[in-house]
Amino acid sequence: MKRTLAIIVGIVLLLVPLIDRNSSHISAYADTGGLVLLAFGLNIIVGYTGLLALGFAAFFAIGAYTYGFAASPQYGLHLNFWPMILVSAAVAALFGLLLGAPTLRLRGDYLAIVTLGFGEIVPQVLQNLDKWTGGPDGIAGIDQPRLFGYAFGFNPIPYYYLYLVIILIALWLLNNLRHSRIGRSWMAIREDELAAAHMGINTTGAKLAAFSLGAAFAGVAGVLFAAKLSTVSPSGFDFNTSVMILAALVLGGMGNLTGVITGAAIIGLLNFLILPQSTNWVQALGQQLHASALANLDLNQYRFMLYGIILVLVMLFRPEGLIPSATRRAELHAEQADSALPENNL
Amino acid sequence: MGLLELSSLCKNFGGLAAVKDVTLSVESGMIVSLIGPNGAGKSTVFNLITGIYTPSSGTIVFERQALGGLRPDRVTAAGIARTFQNIRLFSFMTVLENVMVGRNARMHATVADSALHTARAGREDDDVKRVATELLDFFGLTPFAQEWARNLPYGMQRRLEIARALASEPRLLLLDEPAAGTNPAEKQALMRLVQSVRDRGVTVLLIEHDMRLVMGISDEVHVLDYGEKIAQGTPEQVRRDPRVIEAYLGKGA
Repeated sequence: MKRTLAIIVGIVLLLVPLIDRNSSHISAYADTGGLVLLAFGLNIIVGYTGLLALGFAAFFAIGAYTYGFAASPQYGLHLNFWPMILVSAAVAALFGLLLGAPTLRLRGDYLAIVTLGFGEIVPQVLQNLDKWTGGPDGIAGIDQPRLFGYAFGFNPIPYYYLYLVIILIALWLLNNLRHSRIGRSWMAIREDELAAAHMGINTTGAKLAAFSLGAAFAGVAGVLFAAKLSTVSPSGFDFNTSVMILAALVLGGMGNLTGVITGAAIIGLLNFLILPQSTNWVQALGQQLHASALANLDLNQYRFMLYGIILVLVMLFRPEGLIPSATRRAELHAEQADSALPENNL
Repeated sequence: MGLLELSSLCKNFGGLAAVKDVTLSVESGMIVSLIGPNGAGKSTVFNLITGIYTPSSGTIVFERQALGGLRPDRVTAAGIARTFQNIRLFSFMTVLENVMVGRNARMHATVADSALHTARAGREDDDVKRVATELLDFFGLTPFAQEWARNLPYGMQRRLEIARALASEPRLLLLDEPAAGTNPAEKQALMRLVQSVRDRGVTVLLIEHDMRLVMGISDEVHVLDYGEKIAQGTPEQVRRDPRVIEAYLGKGA
């Protein structure tokens, strides 16, 4: 049943560019694919391991700029796109380790604050080291991929398919991880870190692995983002982007890959397709009616209000997300039941 | 030379000496109990052995290897497993997964093996499933394999914690009040279980308040009071020791 559904969804996704001929729509679908990858990465850290990391967009930026430096007139380097996917993933993972190593002794709120700081520092550094990074304008003229002589250029369709392929590979990797030594270690740490250590789990090592693997997913998303747009600038990686990724995770349901994809698809389509499109319609309507309030209305500016409303509604009515992992749902309901009981001490 | 040797072990928390100059030896193949009134420092001794605390002074030697200050995961890898006074299962993982996690110290698959599901990870997965299934069978937990740990009845949770600890193939098992909160029938079953664990070749160090259980299965008993060891010997000897009676009942009793 689940398998059949997955195959049907897969076929529909394959056919989308044939059904929907509007290239700005395809572009929005491709960008949504990027959000799915980012949400996959954050899910390893927050969903599996239970570490609240804000500022995740920093790793996205690191992936994008790594490719920007390596394949643009900025340094006159023009390294090949395909191996750079892996290189950027590795660079982002390295930064994941660098951030993780000193901070993973922290828990909960403290870790959230430190990662939030990291998320602010990275775009600031990119903006202010203008001698090397191009400053607020970023890097332009980034090389776009070629495959067997076919140039991707600015046509969104090949990017759309590239995202599909990479998401499929990511799903395979994540499914392996989930049912493996390291996946069980992550969940054990989420459940009870002290007990996990007594199972012989090197908890610091496992948390570092979660951080760097999560960052690697963001790094891959960064390369694709930079290549599709052919330009990167610091403004694309601010706190708002981090919030968007977290919102996708919370909306869809943490820990469950179907939930993560659903949440990322909804937030992505809202952000990349529905808001820009409805802005166009409203403005066209406003011009027809000669109503300047409507003609100048930009719905895109309300997106964070919308995320906020979505998050509040999810927390009120379905705190486990739309399609949660069975675990998470039970956890949230158990917490309510347990809240009257005293805490267990060691 | 015993399997585990504690020599002049001390642990201070600020001005409070939780463990004072404790020396004790656990011989291989025995069931050794650690008893004493509440707050005597029994759990602190466990926490020192398993690396939750670093000793203020003194040494812990297990199979000729010094453990003092070693991280908990290293202690487990060295061959010591434990249970907790307040059950600390992975509540929202299945019973089977709990035992599989317990096997972690004996696994070698790297993160890359796990992600790519290499042949090595595959072989290890088969091994860990086999070991976990056997343990569940031994502990009578097979019908609950796919249940969440938190859904098990209390007595079963106590058993599961022991099964999880044994998955790491320890030579020494530390049980921290395994019978706490269980009913008399469960206590009987637990006594037999602890004996069968010893018969599998695992030495057992036990903290327990239930004197009938302690006296029934222990080969040797050590008594702590206010962090100090006040007596040791066979259950018979300890039972008659005036200092032990005083510690439990007070002077003039």
